[in-house]
Amino acid sequence: MAAAGPSVFLLMVNGQVESAQFPEYDDLYCKYCFVYGQDWAPTAGLEEGISQITCKSQDVRRALVWNFPIDITFKSTNPYGWPQIVLSVYGPDVFGNDVIRGYGVAHVPLSPGSTSVCENICFRHKRTIPMFVPESTSKLQKFTSWFMGRRPEYTDPKVVAQGEGREVTRVRSQGFVTLLFNVVTKDMRKLGYDTGPPDTHGILGPSPPQGLPG
Amino acid sequence: MAVQDYKPWGTSPFLQLQAQIPLQSKPEANSVSRACWHSLPQLCSLHGLPSSARSIPCQTTLLKLPTAGPDEMVSEKSHLGDQQEPGHEDPNADARPLSMPTRRGPRSLPPIPSASRTGFAEFSMRERMREKLQAARSKAESALLQEIPTPRPRRLRSPSEKELETEFGTEPGGKIQTTQQEDDSQSYSRVKFRDSVRKIKSKTPVPPGFPSAEEAYNFFTFNFDPEPEESEEKPKAKNRDGANQEEGEGEEEEAPVPEGIDKTDEEVLLDDKDAVDFLLGLDRGAEDIVAVRPADYESVHIRLQKEKELLFIPSRRTVPTYKKLPENVQPRFLEDEGLYIGARLEVPRTNQNIMENRLLMQEPGRRWFGDDGRILALPNPIKPFPSRPLVLTQEQDIKAELETLYKKLQALRNAVQVSLNPAKTPKSLDTTRRAINEYKSEIRQTRKLRDIEQEKDRTLLKTIIKVWKEMKSLREFQRFTNTPLKLVLRKEKVDQKADEEAYEAEIQAEISELLEEHREEYEQRMDEYRSAHQQWKAWKKAQRTKKKKKKQGVEEHPDDEMEEPYPEEDPVKPVPPEPTNQAVIEQEVRERAAQSRRRPGEPMLVPELSLAGSVTPNDQCPRVEVLRREDVKRRSVYLKVLFNDKEVSRTNSRPLGADFRVHFGQIFNLQIVNWPESLTLQVYETVGHSGTTLLAEVFLPIPETTVVTGRAPLEEVEFSSNQHVTLDHEGVGSGVPFSFEADGSNQLTLMTSGKVSNSVSWAIGENGIPLIPPLSQQNIGFRSALKRADAISSIGTSGLTDMKKLAKWAAESKLDPNDPNNAPLMQLILVATSGESYVPDFFRLEQLQQEFNFVSDEELNRSKRFRLLRLRSQEVPEFRNYKQIPVYDREIMEKVFQDYEKRLRDRNVIETKDHIDTHRAIVAKYLQQVRESVINRFLIAKHHFLLADLIVEEEVPNISILGLRLFKLAEQKRPLRPRRKGRKKVTVQNLSDGDIKLLVNIIRAYDIPVRKPITSKFQQPPRSSRTFSEKQAASPTTHSPTHSADYPLSQVLVRPFVEVSFQRTICHTTTADGPNPSWNEELELPFRAPNGDYSTTSLQSVKDDVFINIFDEVLYDVLEDDRERASGIHTRIERHWLGCVKIPFSTIYFQAKIDGTFKIDTPPVLLGYSKERSVVAERGFDPVRSLSEGSYITLFITMEPQLVPGESVREKFDSQEDEKLLQATEKFQAECALKFPNRQCLTTVIDISGKTVFITRYLKPLNPPQELLNAYPNNPQATAELVARYVSLIPFLPDTVSFAGICDLWSTSDQFLDLLAGDEEEHAVLLCNYFLSLGKKAWLMMGNAIPEGPTAYVLTREQSHYLIWNPCSGHFYGQFDTFCPLKSVGCLIGPDNIWFNIQRHDSPLRINFDITKPKLWKSFFSRSLPYPGLSSVQPEELIYQRTDKAAAAELQDRIEKILKEKIMDWRPRHLTRWNRYCTSTLRHFLPLLERSQGEDVEDDHRAELLKQLGDYRFSGFPLHMPYSELKPLIEAVYSTGVHNIDVPNVEFALAVYIHPYPKNVLSVWIYVASLIRNR
Repeated sequence: MAAAGPSVFLLMVNGQVESAQFPEYDDLYCKYCFVYGQDWAPTAGLEEGISQITCKSQDVRRALVWNFPIDITFKSTNPYGWPQIVLSVYGPDVFGNDVIRGYGVAHVPLSPGSTSVCENICFRHKRTIPMFVPESTSKLQKFTSWFMGRRPEYTDPKVVAQGEGREVTRVRSQGFVTLLFNVVTKDMRKLGYDTGPPDTHGILGPSPPQGLPG
Repeated sequence: MAVQDYKPWGTSPFLQLQAQIPLQSKPEANSVSRACWHSLPQLCSLHGLPSSARSIPCQTTLLKLPTAGPDEMVSEKSHLGDQQEPGHEDPNADARPLSMPTRRGPRSLPPIPSASRTGFAEFSMRERMREKLQAARSKAESALLQEIPTPRPRRLRSPSEKELETEFGTEPGGKIQTTQQEDDSQSYSRVKFRDSVRKIKSKTPVPPGFPSAEEAYNFFTFNFDPEPEESEEKPKAKNRDGANQEEGEGEEEEAPVPEGIDKTDEEVLLDDKDAVDFLLGLDRGAEDIVAVRPADYESVHIRLQKEKELLFIPSRRTVPTYKKLPENVQPRFLEDEGLYIGARLEVPRTNQNIMENRLLMQEPGRRWFGDDGRILALPNPIKPFPSRPLVLTQEQDIKAELETLYKKLQALRNAVQVSLNPAKTPKSLDTTRRAINEYKSEIRQTRKLRDIEQEKDRTLLKTIIKVWKEMKSLREFQRFTNTPLKLVLRKEKVDQKADEEAYEAEIQAEISELLEEHREEYEQRMDEYRSAHQQWKAWKKAQRTKKKKKKQGVEEHPDDEMEEPYPEEDPVKPVPPEPTNQAVIEQEVRERAAQSRRRPGEPMLVPELSLAGSVTPNDQCPRVEVLRREDVKRRSVYLKVLFNDKEVSRTNSRPLGADFRVHFGQIFNLQIVNWPESLTLQVYETVGHSGTTLLAEVFLPIPETTVVTGRAPLEEVEFSSNQHVTLDHEGVGSGVPFSFEADGSNQLTLMTSGKVSNSVSWAIGENGIPLIPPLSQQNIGFRSALKRADAISSIGTSGLTDMKKLAKWAAESKLDPNDPNNAPLMQLILVATSGESYVPDFFRLEQLQQEFNFVSDEELNRSKRFRLLRLRSQEVPEFRNYKQIPVYDREIMEKVFQDYEKRLRDRNVIETKDHIDTHRAIVAKYLQQVRESVINRFLIAKHHFLLADLIVEEEVPNISILGLRLFKLAEQKRPLRPRRKGRKKVTVQNLSDGDIKLLVNIIRAYDIPVRKPITSKFQQPPRSSRTFSEKQAASPTTHSPTHSADYPLSQVLVRPFVEVSFQRTICHTTTADGPNPSWNEELELPFRAPNGDYSTTSLQSVKDDVFINIFDEVLYDVLEDDRERASGIHTRIERHWLGCVKIPFSTIYFQAKIDGTFKIDTPPVLLGYSKERSVVAERGFDPVRSLSEGSYITLFITMEPQLVPGESVREKFDSQEDEKLLQATEKFQAECALKFPNRQCLTTVIDISGKTVFITRYLKPLNPPQELLNAYPNNPQATAELVARYVSLIPFLPDTVSFAGICDLWSTSDQFLDLLAGDEEEHAVLLCNYFLSLGKKAWLMMGNAIPEGPTAYVLTREQSHYLIWNPCSGHFYGQFDTFCPLKSVGCLIGPDNIWFNIQRHDSPLRINFDITKPKLWKSFFSRSLPYPGLSSVQPEELIYQRTDKAAAAELQDRIEKILKEKIMDWRPRHLTRWNRYCTSTLRHFLPLLERSQGEDVEDDHRAELLKQLGDYRFSGFPLHMPYSELKPLIEAVYSTGVHNIDVPNVEFALAVYIHPYPKNVLSVWIYVASLIRNR
């Protein structure tokens, strides 16, 4: 069986939730989790994480730096349902209640590569994700939710990774979060999926076996 | 040699540097720096700077130079020495302190020797150095003098200004020529500095012996000047340590000067700034000049001016076209020339103008503008409809290319073929042959066409005749004629003989043609056959030889066999084609001819229509006809002509003729300015003098440009109106069905319709030129081009259905092939122009679909993987949660699909294996189908989201909530009687195995049956088998003769414990004492969802039950010998089942918690136990409890964490109810919900076909089976109980389990009886209907009960009191019965009204059931909305078949057999003996139980048993349940645990009895017992 080629491909993602720009808010922390399809399974690493609380930098950039590492490996048989990272940022409001400051989502980069520079090609997977929060349904609701410190939230942050049902919500943008990814894949090409940049020194595996998956 | 910039990723620069610093330079450098040293304090004081500021790095002016190869690293490294010093000592004081504070403080540069940044070739010459120094000093001084006034104001600059400056400084490119040298150098230095700082940051700590960090810093911030020669640098490096100061200077001097530049040059440079400029401009790449200069100040004014030079603000005005196009070029509009260019993206005009202006300014080359003077732009990529992404574009291109290549190749081949035969004759022969072939195919084609036409002709003639005949008959029937139409069929005599001959000849010709055709085909096939035969023969031969060889060579080459070709490609012996049979062909041809052709000799019929018929005059017509004619006369018609939707003229109003014709005969001349877009005629009808009505609109095509006056044909355009006109006379009206026949059959509906004959054409001017607007005049070219391409406007709507016409038009219209709008038509043109006159009789909608399929359909279907993926995405239950679909087909096991395929197969096949009788199998099948359809509906509804599904939002608090909160503040923190608080609910998304636990809190039980004292006279149990406790209790009073009398006082009556089993996990409590034990223990059972799927749908369909079994723990003393009693105790623990409570998981899931006291389901006969004793014992102090019959247990069950049950299906079902009624129900429900949100209010329900039905329609008196009525003719109460029992025997099947969405379906009573399964509502409806038919006052009662939750009960009114009936168990309770499971009442439903409970309380104990009081019961139908008399959905009468007794008996035997086998299976390690004698006794006993409904037989039974089985210790009990399937029976037997006895000599008895009730309702009794022989 081993000679017949791999039966899964692996996707290793590491990187970090680097920093954020939330012009109006301070003392934020961030949570991340992965959403992936049925054909995916994490084999190693953490699927979810919650960061420390960070304050704004004192310089002009006013950046909120977390440098919160991500490290996870998936195995899969089907690129459908490619992992997405869902970020949700929280922070205290005027009354000290922790409220949601932003939801955001990004697909894990499809192509392998890291932030290093090699041979004049920079495979840099840096993503800046715009963040948003759901809006209250009415002005009165908005006021009371502000007053009570219970802003509208998604029932599950993973909602932002799905397209279904979003039409009933209204959101407002809040800020940006910057993510860095380093991606390593294994056996994708052998299984017939070509995602990477033209690989100059990559050795092609044995010719794809019959019955190539689509 | 070029100077290079230092690269940060170079390898260990320090090492190399040290080695290469030239020794020689030491003295000069020293001297220079010394000189500088002297001058420094002076400068400082001049500026008034604190001397500490000296160490602040100042700005250097460096020249950035292009990078060079690594070989030049050396040269720059040699500067290390020079650059270190200045940092320390600030030797070149001239410029540094000036610029230092002015520019950005922390980021500014280290001090640098700069002023005289010129080159020197010789460094051994002291004098020169001195000279140079002098010059430098003087220069510095002069610079100082210049700069003194500037620093202060600069220091005051705001950071933003600085920022601006830096921006300004970093783009030196354009300014080199214009600004001063200082500026240049400054800016360069800044750039450089930033680079170097970055480099430093990335450095690792300096190894010992290497330059310190500061040195390194200075080094890096310093600039590197070119070394003239490597050889000269080496000595420099050697004396680096000592030569600090000198080097700094020497370096500077030598640096910029390439070899060959001599001293004088440098001097010039020093003095003359112009020259420096010159140098910079010319020779920047080769050298690096460092000079420190204060940044000069620019006033705002100047800066603005400069900005003006630099900044460009594009105007918003439209750019004239001539500017955008090359000179003398007229704009060219491609779309006007008929080329497709696609729709542009919508961009506001101003933005376009700005962009154009910008482009014009920036790129005068005008490459940005197209021929039409607009910016080149791709067409809008956004399609108005969603489409599949273009996946295979590239391949497509390649494919197209390939195709063209292929075609070319073919053409070439042809050419080659031709050229190979240079002789002319063969060529022509070739062509003629081809031509002949073509002709032949054409002939064939035409023949086909001719046949079709002939057939049409004949059928047409036939219909004409038929219609005429009909008309004639109608005229006869009416006895008058309205129209002068007359059909004359002219017969043309034909010469019989000639005709026959011609006919024959034609047939012969055709036959011969066909024969020829066949022959050709035959030959072709024969050829094929021959070659195939040859091959086959050869193969055969080869095979034979091989065989021979094999025989010979088997010994020698045993592995020859391996090479033997497999017989897979065994060519089949070809079969020669059959020769053509002439007779068959002839027959075929003749048949066809007979069908489609006139028979020979038959006269040719030529129909002629004339208007010569006579119309019956008015006075001969009946009255109605006269009326009609008069009416017709009153009507007149006129037409309006609309051009571009504007009325331009109208015709005169003309009366309608008797033959319904109107002749206008008018010509309208329109002089038009705009391009015609539409031309419409509106037909108006006027009746008498009343108003006019618009009949119809007729759209006329815009004529082609070639159609001019005189040449335009008269066209007829049909119109039709959808008006409904009913006339009171003979006229047929419009839209009204009528019949031609006398008997009114064959109804027809005619609409007002007609035809307008018209012709439209372009006028011809005076000089004969058609007055057609020129094409260029069309203002919006694209739109009009589309118009022209619009098939409808050019050939009319009727043309669209005529494929040939359309094809012709498409071919003629010269459509733009690139326009995607034309793609479907292009397909057509392709077909039409492909040579053959064949036009497909279909129109392809998605002609590109083929190319987008990424694999063929067959492959898609064949692949197991794709199939799996597809099924999963369709959410087929078997695959809905399939994880990790394998990559390869071969890894997918065939058995994955087995279940699914089996289910698909079984859908139509009724399996009788699982279900013992076929009827129930059919029912199960039917239920399955209903379930599937409901599930599908639910799946659709699941994809509808509400805001609350996605977003958690606090509701706006109202006063009551706020008040409640305030009240809560005052609440006691630790109340004396704590209550359970609500927990936060958890959505089910992120759960996995082990997360969910079922918590069962068993609190206490009441009235557990107690052991009966063994009082039988004739049988004293032997010592060893007496209970342990009995013995203990008895031992002190062994000698007492009144042993049995004081027994109850001293004996432990019962030692019960509770065992909870769920999903085959079993937990039990400790053992308590007495009939009213109190455990108060919490048991925790893990919950596992099926397939690890914790979605709501999956959890809803969990069918597991929680069994709560109560056992009595009995200790038996097994000590054999009394003598050992002193030393040891040997006991055996036995557990005796006392009863059970069964709670479905779905109930727990939907209720979230179950809290209450439940009646324990005890067997009707529990041998050895009784209840009376306890009642007697406790009656004194617990009178209430003594009222109850049976045992009770108090439980609290919940789940941890609490799960949110799924929402009900939010789908509006269609209904046949009156809209008003539905509105009223909504209003009623809203009102009720407002007052009492927790009370159940039901007005409409969903029937089994998914329609909303008003609930009272379900209630109607229905007859119970006659058999039941006959049982107790004189006792209505007993009859009612029997009926209730009958209803309760129909198996219970909750909707929520069967219909995973919480979608409550109500079936009518006959459906319910057919299905023999239903939940509370169906039971309750049936029972209520029976009661109504028995003459009782009965209502359906909706409320909450335990453990069911929301449920339906039946309320009946007896003479003085009310009874509450549980329809599922058949029990009834008085209104004031505390143990009534119904806890709250929401509403009552009668056959003609609904009453909602608006009393303060909802417990049946505390409410008044008098529905006539409007203050207590709010009724749905009242005076304002009277009951409309809704018909019932129930059948008129229920029909009951008697159940086949023989079948029931057979079933009984089978069940008994299966259960026996099961018990043996459950005891795999023990021998299971069956006591036949006992079994037969039990079997005899069970019918008795059925007859008495399990009451009052215990004593007799026991006595009888004891009599018969005297020497056995017997434990066992009968189980009773309705029959639905086999599985629940098995489960029930298993849960009693009878099989668990492992006493070696145990024997078993099992008896089954089925009592059949009408309509196949079966009551099952199972008696299961274990017997132990007493010794």
